[in-house]
Parts: sequence; C-alpha cells; structure tokens
Amino acid sequence: MDTSGSKWNLIVDVANCTNCNLCVLACHDEHVGNAFPGYSEEMPKHGHKWIEIDRRERGAGPMVDVAFLPKMCQHCDEAPCMEKAENGAITKRDDGIVLIDPVKAKGQRHLVEACPYGAIWWNEEKQVPQAWTFDAHLLDDGWAEPRAVTVCATAALRSVKVDDAEMARMVREEGLEELRPDLGTRPRVWYRNLYRYSKAFIGGSVEAQSGGKVDCVAGARVILHRNGARIAETATDVYGDFKFDHLDPDSGAYRVEITADGHPAKSVDVTLGESTYLGEIRL
Amino acid sequence: MASLKFSLILFGLALLLRIQAWRYPAFRERLKERDILAQLKTRDGRQGRWYRIRNGRISSGAGVRNDADVALVFKTARLAASLLMPPVNQLDQINALKDFNLAMEGDEDAAAWWTQTMMLTQTAGWTYGIDQGNGVTRYTSMTNGGPVFVYEKGGRIIRITPIVFDDTDPEPWTIEARGKTFTPPRKSSLAAHGQNWKSMVYSPDRLLKPLKRVDFDPGGERNPQNRGKSGYEEISWDEALGIVANEIKRQKREHGPGAIAMSHGSHHTWGNIGYYLSAAFRFINAVGMTRVHHNPDSWEGWYWGAVHHWGQSLRVGQCETYGTVEDLMKESEMVVFWSSNPEGTSGAYGAFEGAIRRQWLKDLDIEVVHIDPFYNDTAQMLGGKWIAPKPTTDTALALAIAHVWIEEGLYDKEFVETKTLGFDKWKAYVMGDEDGVAKTPEWQEAETGVPAKTVRALARNWGRKKTYLGAGGWGNGHGGACRNATGIQWARVMVCLIAMQGIGKPGVNMGNLQWGTPVDANFYFPGYAEGGMSGDLHHTAMAVELYQRMPQLPSMNTNDQQIPRLQLPEAILDGKAEGYIWDGKSIEAQFNKISYPKPGYSKVHMLYKYGGSIFGTMSDTNRHVEMYRSPELEFIVNQSIWNEGEAKFADVILPACTNMERPDISEWAALGGYAHHGQTQLNHRVVVFQHKVIEPLGESKSDFQIFHELAMRLGLGAYFSEGMSELDWAKREFDASDLPKIVKWKDFIKRGYVVVPNNPEGVKDPVSWRWFYEGRKKDVPEPMPLPSDYTEEYLKGLQTQSGLIEFECQSLKRYDPDDTERPPIVKYNPAHEGPSNPDLAARYPIQLITPHPRYSFHTQGDGKDTFLNDIEDHRVPIDGRYYWTLRIGAADAAARGIGHHDLVKVYNDRGAVICAAHVTHRLAAGVAHGYESCAVYEPAGEIGNSVDLGGCLNQLTPPRSQLKKGHSMGSSAAMVEMELWDGSPEINRAPSEPDTAVFTPESVAEPVPAE
Repeated sequence: MDTSGSKWNLIVDVANCTNCNLCVLACHDEHVGNAFPGYSEEMPKHGHKWIEIDRRERGAGPMVDVAFLPKMCQHCDEAPCMEKAENGAITKRDDGIVLIDPVKAKGQRHLVEACPYGAIWWNEEKQVPQAWTFDAHLLDDGWAEPRAVTVCATAALRSVKVDDAEMARMVREEGLEELRPDLGTRPRVWYRNLYRYSKAFIGGSVEAQSGGKVDCVAGARVILHRNGARIAETATDVYGDFKFDHLDPDSGAYRVEITADGHPAKSVDVTLGESTYLGEIRL
Repeated sequence: MASLKFSLILFGLALLLRIQAWRYPAFRERLKERDILAQLKTRDGRQGRWYRIRNGRISSGAGVRNDADVALVFKTARLAASLLMPPVNQLDQINALKDFNLAMEGDEDAAAWWTQTMMLTQTAGWTYGIDQGNGVTRYTSMTNGGPVFVYEKGGRIIRITPIVFDDTDPEPWTIEARGKTFTPPRKSSLAAHGQNWKSMVYSPDRLLKPLKRVDFDPGGERNPQNRGKSGYEEISWDEALGIVANEIKRQKREHGPGAIAMSHGSHHTWGNIGYYLSAAFRFINAVGMTRVHHNPDSWEGWYWGAVHHWGQSLRVGQCETYGTVEDLMKESEMVVFWSSNPEGTSGAYGAFEGAIRRQWLKDLDIEVVHIDPFYNDTAQMLGGKWIAPKPTTDTALALAIAHVWIEEGLYDKEFVETKTLGFDKWKAYVMGDEDGVAKTPEWQEAETGVPAKTVRALARNWGRKKTYLGAGGWGNGHGGACRNATGIQWARVMVCLIAMQGIGKPGVNMGNLQWGTPVDANFYFPGYAEGGMSGDLHHTAMAVELYQRMPQLPSMNTNDQQIPRLQLPEAILDGKAEGYIWDGKSIEAQFNKISYPKPGYSKVHMLYKYGGSIFGTMSDTNRHVEMYRSPELEFIVNQSIWNEGEAKFADVILPACTNMERPDISEWAALGGYAHHGQTQLNHRVVVFQHKVIEPLGESKSDFQIFHELAMRLGLGAYFSEGMSELDWAKREFDASDLPKIVKWKDFIKRGYVVVPNNPEGVKDPVSWRWFYEGRKKDVPEPMPLPSDYTEEYLKGLQTQSGLIEFECQSLKRYDPDDTERPPIVKYNPAHEGPSNPDLAARYPIQLITPHPRYSFHTQGDGKDTFLNDIEDHRVPIDGRYYWTLRIGAADAAARGIGHHDLVKVYNDRGAVICAAHVTHRLAAGVAHGYESCAVYEPAGEIGNSVDLGGCLNQLTPPRSQLKKGHSMGSSAAMVEMELWDGSPEINRAPSEPDTAVFTPESVAEPVPAE
C-alpha cells in the first residue's frame, strides 16, 4: 500500500493529439490475449475501446480545425460506478487508480451504464465489465508509466504521480480541466487545451477589391461584440483571416466589426451555434 | 608444419563437437537429427579426418574414408589450416571457393546439415534476450514502423512496445535555436502498423501449411481459369517444394530462359538478411528469372522530372538532406508543406520521429502553410493556413506564385543569375510571352479552385520570408502529388520555386524537419537496399560499400528479360509490354527502354510471387485479376505470410513466417541505396538484433529457409547458403559494420539493440546545398553523383550538364526537345484524367485521391483481422464486415444523400468498390480521399467484374503512365462517382451518353441499412 499520498493522474493535451491511435493499439496489445488476475480479464479482440478517441471538426473549408480527444476511465475519486457496484467489485486504490475486479464484477452488466463517461465496456464472452486500468498491473511491477503514455509520440499523454496539492497546482498553472466538471466525479484524468474540442470559434477572411483585382486585407482590425459589449479584438493575417476562439457553442448573437485603413468599416452579425466560418468578407 | 596444424585443428573439431554437445542441450538435439559420415580432407586424399554422428553420438578418426556422405576438400593442408584457424577470415574463405581451392562433395542436403552443424559449434552457446522474471523474456525486433521490445512468455508474444532507452545508452543530441534548447525524448517511436504486430503474427489469416489448389494437377489438368475460385488442400512441404522445383526445371527445359518471372512487393518484413533484396535476390539470380522491373513508385515525379533540373538521380530525384533540421529551426521563418503529410505516412520507415520536431515549430513561432486537397494529419497537428487546390492542378498554382515573384521582384536574382540556367526561357512561359497566357493568380484560379488573392498573399509572404519548402512526405520529395497524373510537372516546378528563392541560403531549403537530424551519419551500418546476402552488385546498392565489408559469393541474373511492372497484365495477356528503366546511376539512365519479350527469350509461363499486395497497390487492378486467370501462366507459386490478396490466386502457396520467428539484423530506417542515410529521419540511430522470439507458427518457414530448400533441390544449396544459417549471416553483417567498434556481439544479441552515439560536440554534417549556394565543392557525406557525372571538376556543381540548377533542362533538350508531355521547361498540362476532361468530369465528377495509408504499411497490417480493424479512420465495421474508409466532403455527401458511415459504392469504368463513408469538412469540394494499399480483395460476384467489398481502391485508378517515355504511376487521382450502395454485386458503370451521365439526386438507390 502506498502511504506517501502521491496518486496517479493522467494529463491529456488535446492540442497534441493527432489521432495516430497508438494509445488505442497499445491498449489492445497489452490486453488482448492477456489476463492479469486481480486487475483485468482479457479484452475482446474487437469492439472494445478502453481508450477511445473522440473527434471534433470545427468550421468549414478553408478555415477548419480538427481536435481529437482521447477518452478512457477517468479514475474518479467520486466514481459513480463504485456506488453502483455490488459486493465491492470496484475499488479505489490508495494511488488513485480505480479497478474493476474481474472476478467480483462478473455478471454486473449494469456497471456499463453507471459510468457517465461511457468508459466501461461489457465483455460478452467473459461476462464482465471492463475499463482502462491505468495499466496498474505494470505500475505495480515497476513500470514507470502506462503503455499509452510511453507509446504516445506527440506528448498528448502524460502520467504523473503526485499528491493532490501538487496536482491542484498543476491544474492551476497549466490550465487543466475536467472533461465534464458538471458531473462532479472528481476525475484523475485532466485535459489541456480542451477548448479545441469543447469551445467554438468565429472566423472569416477579409478581402477588398482594387484595380480590378481582389486581394486579402492584412492587418485589418477585427472586434468581436456580444450584447453590445466588446469582448475581443484581433487583426487579420496576410491571408485576411481572423479567428475568435474559446467561445461557448450555442451562445447566441455576436457582432464582428472590421476596420482597415482606406476601406469603409464593415460589421457582420452572427448567431453562434457550432463554430462558424463567415467566409469571404468584402470591404 | 602445416600438416601438423591441420591435424590438430581436425582433432580439435572432434573435441569441440563433443564439448558443445555436452554443454548445450540444443546442440545435443541437433546431433540427433540425422546420421552422417562427414569427411574433411586434402585434395590429394593424403590427410584428413572423418566424423561420424549416429544416434546423436560422435565418433571420429584420422584418415580418409571413401564412404563419406559429405566431404569438405581443401587443396592443401596449409590452406586448410589457414582457413580453419580461428578467427576465421571470411574473405579468405570466399577467395578459396572462387579459386576452387575449397570444394564440397556429396549430397546437397547432407552438406548443408553438416556445414551448418559446424557453424553451430560457434553459436550454440549464445544467449538472447533479457529475463524479466515470471517466465517473461524481453526480446528485440524491427518492424517497418520502428524498433520494438517483444515480450515473450511460454513461447508466445505477450506484448510489443517501443524501445525505452536506459542510463547506459548514449545521450541524445540537442539543438539550440532562438534562445531555446531542444532535445528529443529518450525512446524510439513506433508507427501504428508497428504497434499492430502482435495481431499480425497471430492473425487467423496466417498460412500455416503448404497449400495446393484442389483442381491444380501439375501432371494433368491445371485449370488456370479457376484461380481465385477453387479451394485449397493442405500438402506436405516435401510435395510443395517438389512441385515448385520440378516446375522451375520444366519451365527452363521446355520454354527456355525467361519463362519464369519473379514478382515481389516494394517492401517486406524488416531485416537485412531475410529481405527481398537479400535472400530472394540471391535465389532469383541463382535460378535465372525474368525480373518484373519496378517503377520508382513513391518517387515518380522526382525521378522522371526533378532529376532533369537538379540531378540527384541516385536519390531518385529527391535532394540531399543533411543538417536541415538545425538550419530550419535556427534560420527559417516559414515552412510550406506542399502535398506533405509526414504525420500521415510516418516518414515511410521513420515512425513518429519527426512529429516531435514539427511540434517545435510552435515553440519557435515559425509560420506554416499546407497545400493539399485534404486537410491532412500534419495540418491537423500544426494548424496554419490551408490551401486546397484540386488534385493534379498544383503546377498551375506554383506557376502563379512564380508569376507574382517575377512581377514583384520577390526572388533571389543573384542566385538565379549565377547558379541556374535557362531562367529567361521559363520566365517567358510564366509571364505569357511564349504562349500569350500569363500564368497569373487569376489564371490559376480556374484550374485549381484556389482564390487568386490567396495565391498572391502566399507568394508575397513566401517571397519575403526565409522559407523551407517541404514537398512530399519526406520534405525533399517522396509520395504525395508526385504520384498523380501530373506528378512530373509538380516535382519539376517545386525545384523551380526553391531555386528562385536561392536554395542553400540559411533558412531556405527543401525539408519539413523529417530528414536531416544531427545523428552521426558517418557510422556505418548497411541499409536494406545494400542487398544483405544477395551477392547482387547490379540490382542492389551492395557495390557502394557492403561488398568489400561483407565478402560473399557474387550472384548475377543471366536472364536479361524484364517486364515493366505497370504492364505486367499486358505482358501476360497481350504478350507484349514496353517501358523505361528505373536506374539511378545517371540522369540519362532513365532513357533506356525495355521491351518484352526480349528477343531470343521465352515469354513468361510461370510466376513466382512473393506476398499478395498487387490488387491493393498497383493501378486498375482488375487487369491483374484477369491476368491471374490466364492459361498463359501455366504455374503460379506464391510465398506469403498471410492468405490474402493474390495469394488466393496461386496454384501452390508456400507459408512464410514473420520476422519475429527467425533471426535477423537491421537498423531502423536504414535504407541505403536510393535513400542514403535514411537514418537522418531519426532522433536516435538504433541497430537491432532481431531475435527469433518464437518458433515459426504451424509449419511456416523463413523465406531464407524456403529458398534454401528449393535451392537444394536444384543443386544450388551450398551456393545459396555458403554453408550458413541466417543467424550466421546476421553475424557476418554485424562484423561487416562499425558495430564491433562499440559493442561486443554477445552483448548485442543478448540486449538486442544499440543506440549509436552522436557526434562529439562541435562535429556535425554541413547543411545541404550550402556548398552550392556559396560556390564551394560539395561537402555533404553522400557518394553521389558518380565521379564521371561532374561536368568539369569533381565535386564542383550539380549532376546536370551545366552543373547548375537548370530551368531549361539540357538532358531533355538532348533527349527529346519536342516531347509535349515533358518539355525542356516545366509547363502546366492538365491531367488526362482530371477536371479538365469534360466527358469524364460529367460522368465521374469526383476526384478520388489515394495516398499511402496512415495506419497500415501498404498492405502490411491491413485485413488479417488485426487490431487496425478497430480504427474507424482505417476500416469501419458494418453488419459484421470491416469496410474500407472513404472520406467524402460534407457538400458532396449531402448532394448524394450520403450520411456518416453509410455504405457507398465508389466507381468508374474500371470497377466499383464498396466503402464506409466518412463525412468530413477536411476536403475541398469534388474530392474524395481513401487510402490505397488495401490487403483484402473480395469480389461480391463475378471475379474481376463485380463490386469489391474488400476496399481495393486501386481497382479504380488510372493505369496510364504519367509519361509515354517513362514507366511512371500516375494513379493517385482517379475520376469516380459515388452513391449509396444498393447491395447489388453489379458494377453498373455510368452511361457514356453525356445527357444521362450527370448525377441527379433522384437516381440514388434505396439506402442500405447501416449502423
């Protein structure tokens, strides 16, 4: 038993995930065909994604961005699945890891529904609910980190074993977020740059005509208003492009005001649902 | 004296056999395998010793017996003593064989067993792998996607991981740029197909026994028309090898030279001894086969085009790449990724080594632009400006950039003046003085669909900033747009653009951080293209260095007949084919024509196929399906690991094992030959001893073993193997490299890997092209071009006639100045299969781009029920079948009523393929995106003439060469239509009448229920 008080946490940097799927494959490699008594039953060869990559495409061509979001068991401190588990089938270890006992959990199909993150999978053949174990069997064997972290080549995944105060400091300083703070489950998986997945942008391309040619307008001043208040300002780049990010989806009416030397000012109204590319805006 | 020494050695050998049998159970078991009487003697028969092995027991006596099964005969006792005295000198042994001073007598089989047993006395005590406790051993291997630790327990692979270095491994390099310090992580990275290997080894599609098609009778009816249809029966290895060996003999006897063709893929499972350029080539050459001559598949435009502007023929038209990582990070302000998706192609062999470096671009605040019809994986990772020209039109966009630069003076005039030739001629074309059409941004808009203003903004930005041009996946070429119908133009115009900006100036060069890391390029370990044990000085890069370092018997194919690969079906079905060769020795080598059949040779009547990839990887591949069913091919043998693709069209199938079931040796990303110093893609050079982690599954055997056993049936066994096992050959390659300077063999094979130390502080490769820019002699560490290809003085200037970058190519002027497909200056010529072809555009309005796959390595890793099936960007499970993923733009999908993960039929006149639709905003309108290289071919109805459920998009791609006077795939942009699939096996091509050909939403069939 760990008495130092340090606990495992996983940090996912959404901006660095490229959907290479190495974490998914490493999880398959570790668990398909391998049972680890006390930790996990074998994972079915297909259909289970203990690590699953969700995606969000924002905008429309040519102003598009795409974010990938690795999801897995969040190893919650207030894990809803633990409450629903019968005969203590799910336990929270001193190091923060939540484990589904493959023997005690047998037949408890309802646990799949108990996880609000959709991170528990039902193994039909073994009749057991399963989730990403943080590779606890390897950590207990002296491995420095879970396999998904080792294989990640773009620093999208990082595991740290620190006490909760230190983790709180990292959350503050690195701007880490919970995937679903509304659930109040106190997860141990933290997300960085989550806005790439969860927020929306308003963007556009400013152009102007002169001498029979249309050209991009660089350096135009673009101001974003909401409810009559100015909330952000930016300037167009050499392609005339501007982008206001970190906006809440479905957050209603905005006004974009564009001014550039030698051109009349222009404003565009937009009601934001999903991310919106306003297209070409002619001054 | 020599005679006494010989006696002592012979006596010592008997002793050694007994000691090793006593020490090592494996050796003891080996001796039980057969009873044999072996003899070592001098040619005059006056001195020698015999060794009898019977029931695993050894007896021996001095003297010469005449009833020996096998005899090793030395000309003299002196020679014998010098050859046998350890340490054995390989060159002396080879010379003794070549000079007939050493000979083997007796039965092939017995000789092979005896010589390998003698070798085993040296190797029996070697130990492999690191004990992990609990019965787990950690071995090492090399995949095409990177080096790996392989954990084994109880004879089974339990896990595969990247290699995490420990404290004893050397420190990584660091680069200081703009006040920041950058250093890569201390581990190797891995491509998805590398991490997929466990499921490949244990795939249910593994071939575990030799198979014979049930209605194939070598002595009677062969029923070639049933290939692909009839089932198979298991046969013994003895029977299988007998059929193949007899057929080889019969073909040569009845048809004459040329009758047997060998067709191998472009890649193989990694390992320098077992590679196709190694063991297979030695076998091919020893037997004499018609070569199926490869086109430069991932380089096309660079080889047939760029070469004429800047030389670089020995890099297949891509340019030198040294030192560019540091230069880019320190000096450049912008990187233009043009048809460049290194995150999607893992640098071919480089795993994700370059990804971490490209992430540093953000830390350095270097601007990036992506020019690609697909918002590709690198764009996704880095962000930046996305510009999406219609496929095949990139040249028009590039010409417009040049137009802006010329008009606004935004190029390096001094460089163009002093370091290039023929600019004025090209300038006249660009500005419209030649043909009356100025190649303005407005002009290109109609072709590319890219707004003129965007091109102008890009051109101005680029012209004012120190910019790296990353073209193709490697940054200096390779893959991408060079593989479509206008790939030659595109590669050529890329050279012209970077020349205008003064290539070689600090911060101005070719690259995208994929090549040119500061690893030590001077440390020698052979790449796979150096030919391993092939002995082939003609078709591998062995002559460059390996041949002297690793003496071996040479091999040479006496059969000069070749078939240009892209026309293999025509060669078989029509009996004739023509093409041009891929030979990097000079610019002009590509002008050599090959014709089939070659005068005086037999046409091909037997195909020896290695693997099953062609249906997925070549173009218009229903042609290949038809070829396979032709009676012209009297016999087809396929040597394959998995039962897939065209393996299912063979008469006899020989089951090969994977490279985790046999020993080998190799370095990560070490290609050698045409991609010299491929290791500069890596953050760390890693050389691996590829352990035989598990026994071959079922009855499968290593390729080396299969070739060796066939060779023995042709009396070629001793020649093929030189009396050695593949393990012995791996040791020979170790000895041939610089590895012995830094690691002992026994330590190497135990731990399994070595990280090559980096250069000492202050020592690094010069930056590519800097010498050219500064007017100095060439100083980068590559042995190319060849000395005679310098025009005036060795190492001064380029390989071109002028020694300069030639806007007007002198080689093309000499060869064919009137060739409109490839004129001396690069021009834009719309694709024959592209949006400018009105009939095609009406019937098949979607451009289907088929880049190299992201998750599988060509066909490796796809199908086979592997883990990759669970990646929805690769395949999608619908109604119990894993369908190939086809990305479709949101507007194009909506216009056709296609929803996400609906089953769609994508088709044209060549065929139809059923795919799972992936609806996305990452594509320009009118473009669909699906990977080429699917491993599964599964016709829903008539073979070769029905929809394919497997996903071979190359059934739809144009087979036409980019160039009549070339041999060049241009397949990666086909014109197609797509619709919801109605479940019918019929292809139902679009009618050719223009009025009914236009797509209308009403014509959409009832949707098929999908998940």
